[in-house]
Amino acid sequence: MSEDPQSRYERDLELDRRLESSEREGLTGTTGASIYEPPLVPDQASLPPKSVEPGEEPRWRRDFAVDWPEDNYVARRDFVKFLVLTSGAFVAGQGWIAAQSLIKSRRPSPSPRRVATLSEIAPGSVLVFDFPGEHDPCLLIRTESGELLAYGQKCTHLSCAVVPRLAEGVIHCPCHEGYFDLLTGRNIAGPPPRPLPKVVVEVRGDEVWAISVEERTV
Amino acid sequence: MSVPAHLEFFVDPGRCIGCQACVQACSECDTHRGDSMIHLEYVDRARSVQTVPVVCMHCDRPTCAEVCPADAIKRTADGVVQSARKPRCIACGNCVMACPFGVPELKLDRQIMMKCDMCYDRTSVGKKPMCATVCPSQALFFGTREQMHALRPQSMPTNEFQFGAQTIRTRVNVMVPRRAGTAPLVDVTAAMNAEPTPRTVRLRVVGPGTSGAPVAGDGDPFAAVEI
Repeated sequence: MSEDPQSRYERDLELDRRLESSEREGLTGTTGASIYEPPLVPDQASLPPKSVEPGEEPRWRRDFAVDWPEDNYVARRDFVKFLVLTSGAFVAGQGWIAAQSLIKSRRPSPSPRRVATLSEIAPGSVLVFDFPGEHDPCLLIRTESGELLAYGQKCTHLSCAVVPRLAEGVIHCPCHEGYFDLLTGRNIAGPPPRPLPKVVVEVRGDEVWAISVEERTV
Repeated sequence: MSVPAHLEFFVDPGRCIGCQACVQACSECDTHRGDSMIHLEYVDRARSVQTVPVVCMHCDRPTCAEVCPADAIKRTADGVVQSARKPRCIACGNCVMACPFGVPELKLDRQIMMKCDMCYDRTSVGKKPMCATVCPSQALFFGTREQMHALRPQSMPTNEFQFGAQTIRTRVNVMVPRRAGTAPLVDVTAAMNAEPTPRTVRLRVVGPGTSGAPVAGDGDPFAAVEI
């Protein structure tokens, strides 16, 4: 009669005497869960079993783990460290920019260069020249009224070569539809943030000389 | 605090009487007042009134968390899959589609998924989940495996389920008829199409002129009656 349900029940009751304890609740012999050992704190609790070994999981799943203990949250100390180091890098960068502009201001002005003769550039025509270096293309523009204008050819947005449109009175950058005023070189439309650098030119007799480059911020 | 490992949840669908006490108790909880995280599923509504309480099974590899694009569903070290983290959940509903048990609920009015978390506020301090405390027929039971063994000598817990190609092990157990050996794997996909095998007995008519002797087919109280 060992397989009789009642005797099995009584045998199992022997295993767990707390079922018969004074805290017994209800008619069906359940007890309050609180009579058992106190619950573990999360650090003591073991990790639940997983079907896939930790090494076999894809990298992104390890970064975004389903299990809370395996998820790498950013600690406060790490975050503060990140803030301090990043703002320190910004401060150092500002100092570096200041030093660069100081060095630049003390650099001797470029020597004037002969660009063209007046006969080479007719009114209403454009000439490309390099000033002050060999790879600094500039535009020499002579308007219909005979006025000489010179600007750096690099767009102040992303250094595309700008194209003067004398009939419309603008200098156009085809890359991102930027427009500069022909007479002043100021940025009038589109993404360019600054006016084109102005090249100061001088007419010496019959020749046009580039004297200096005037970088402008507004 | 975490849910102690020796306390387990046992769902005994055969004992569910469809009284909805668990649903009402769940919706009374202050953490989600008015919304019940448990629901009763009808097994075969057309032919039976049998219901099954559906709580979160707290899978070994939670499919809801696997498909969450916002990393909002987390499982704590005690194996409990928590409800969606409020700052992360984007209410996309992927978990609702993915869960094989149909547990997560999308709350579109507050843009969050809410699901059963085994009453983490209660179980983590050693209390039972709300539904398990109110269930009058003990279809929902929370306690030790030894307790369950003593209370249900005819049944044994299992926690492995087959959904198509996906095998799922869960923290919550479902009671199945006891048999020798290890707990069986419940093939849910196959069971959905299975028909209950009809059992036929002959009705023994006792009266004048009949012998009253036992006939074959007696002793099966659940058998269908053929006259």
